[in-house]
Amino acid sequence: MTQRDCEAPLPVPVPTAESRPYWDGLRAHRLVLQRCAACKRPRHYPRPMCADCFSLDHEWFEASEHGLVHSWTVCHHAFHRGFKSDTPYVLLTVDLADGVRMVAPLVEPDASQLSLGLEVILDYLDVSDDVTVPRFRIHD
Amino acid sequence: MSTLRDTAAVTGVGETRYTRGTEKSALRLTLEASLAAVTDAGLTPRDIDGIVAYASGAVVAEDLLTNFGSEDFRFSATAPMGGASAVAALQCAAMAVNTGVATHVLVPLGRDGYSGTRINRRVGQMRQFRVVSEFEAPVGANAPAQYYAPMARRHMELYGTTSEQFAEVALTMRRHAALNDNALMRTPITVADHHASRMIADPFRLLDCCLESDGGAAVVVSGTERAADMAQPPILLSGMGVGHPDSPSAITQRPDMTRLGLAKAAPRVFEMAGVTHDDIDVAEIYDCFTYTVICQLEDLGFCAKGEGGAFVEEGRIGLGGALPTNTHGGLLSQAHVAGLNHVVELVRQLRGDTGARQVDGADVGLVTGYGDLGDGSIAIMRRQ
Repeated sequence: MTQRDCEAPLPVPVPTAESRPYWDGLRAHRLVLQRCAACKRPRHYPRPMCADCFSLDHEWFEASEHGLVHSWTVCHHAFHRGFKSDTPYVLLTVDLADGVRMVAPLVEPDASQLSLGLEVILDYLDVSDDVTVPRFRIHD
Repeated sequence: MSTLRDTAAVTGVGETRYTRGTEKSALRLTLEASLAAVTDAGLTPRDIDGIVAYASGAVVAEDLLTNFGSEDFRFSATAPMGGASAVAALQCAAMAVNTGVATHVLVPLGRDGYSGTRINRRVGQMRQFRVVSEFEAPVGANAPAQYYAPMARRHMELYGTTSEQFAEVALTMRRHAALNDNALMRTPITVADHHASRMIADPFRLLDCCLESDGGAAVVVSGTERAADMAQPPILLSGMGVGHPDSPSAITQRPDMTRLGLAKAAPRVFEMAGVTHDDIDVAEIYDCFTYTVICQLEDLGFCAKGEGGAFVEEGRIGLGGALPTNTHGGLLSQAHVAGLNHVVELVRQLRGDTGARQVDGADVGLVTGYGDLGDGSIAIMRRQ
């Protein structure tokens, strides 16, 4: 992916000690998610405790980039000026194969072919030298 | 087991004029509304010994105490649930007067939502949006319309809910606002107007979205025994409760994104109040978006999940219908005071004070709040 060309600054993630491996993974174009070190249940977004077994120990794993459309919206109005030149853009909510969800834009600007359960695959957009964000494309 | 049922009452209500554009600060608006509510209750500001301030607002209890010249203040709390805070505050207030911690608790809310900082900037500063601010804002989800739209889209895909049904909610609120001289949007709209309004975050068009406005509202809560001797007929708080949805800090990760925190609170509150759905004469339902009304009607149990769209058809939620809803015009057409205007309206309906928009025989009613990423609150009230 090429670097994004934009006239207004985008909101940038401020990684925490708990979330940094996720953002570092995206930077390397890998999907790295958190899971419980005790019961192995994947979780997203990153957090300190497993809500199933209450373990405070976690580990990171390379997750599948495949997912199914859970829902979506088409953003016609930019509530942050950094996204104004992108409108209209599609934001997908995706059920990832590992059992958690992710929100990311669809590469294609058109929602007409979307339906619940449509298969999508993760892609990566380098928005700066420091930040990479996820996005999806429809799986061929 | 003790219960809060009917142990506290709303004894005073007040509102400012609602505007889009003001020179007044949020504190000034809060004080104007508070003074109106305290006066309505037959009290003075120094009689207030408890305050539940708005957790997402700029005004803290100390600001009011300073202006009230309070000398013996006893109870301060917030109910941090975004738009569900106002109704959740009634539960806090009832607990305080029921236990004797305080005698008269003020629930005030003033905001310069139109003239001051707008919602997209406010959200980023709120702690309860920390998670979505880190993970969803950088990909383009920056305001409630964009966070909530996928809930509505999934509801449409699963249950066949339509934009025409969303329009029915918007049109009904507008018809009610036309009967309220303190409503901002009183010009009638048609389904065609709704469909022609610009798309904001599909499926939400402009006329599916609530207003940003300037103004304030306030209510006074007192113990039921004390209320019997006060200036207004007491409106009893028969049931109150709050509920958080699963995964309360991110809609994205919620097992069922069409089910709100209200779904957990509603059965408890109907049981506490000892009433059934058929007993509800009037409903004031938090309407930040048209879809949010449809979803809450389901979560309240007025219909099954997926049937909310059909429920709002055929005038059922309009004046004269089976469940007159948002008789003041709601956040969609009256004003956005984070739902405290809904509380004020329910009290006035149960007092029989609402003139052209009065629901005949309104003895029992409910009010809901919806906030942040799906938090819910509900109160059932009745006239004594």
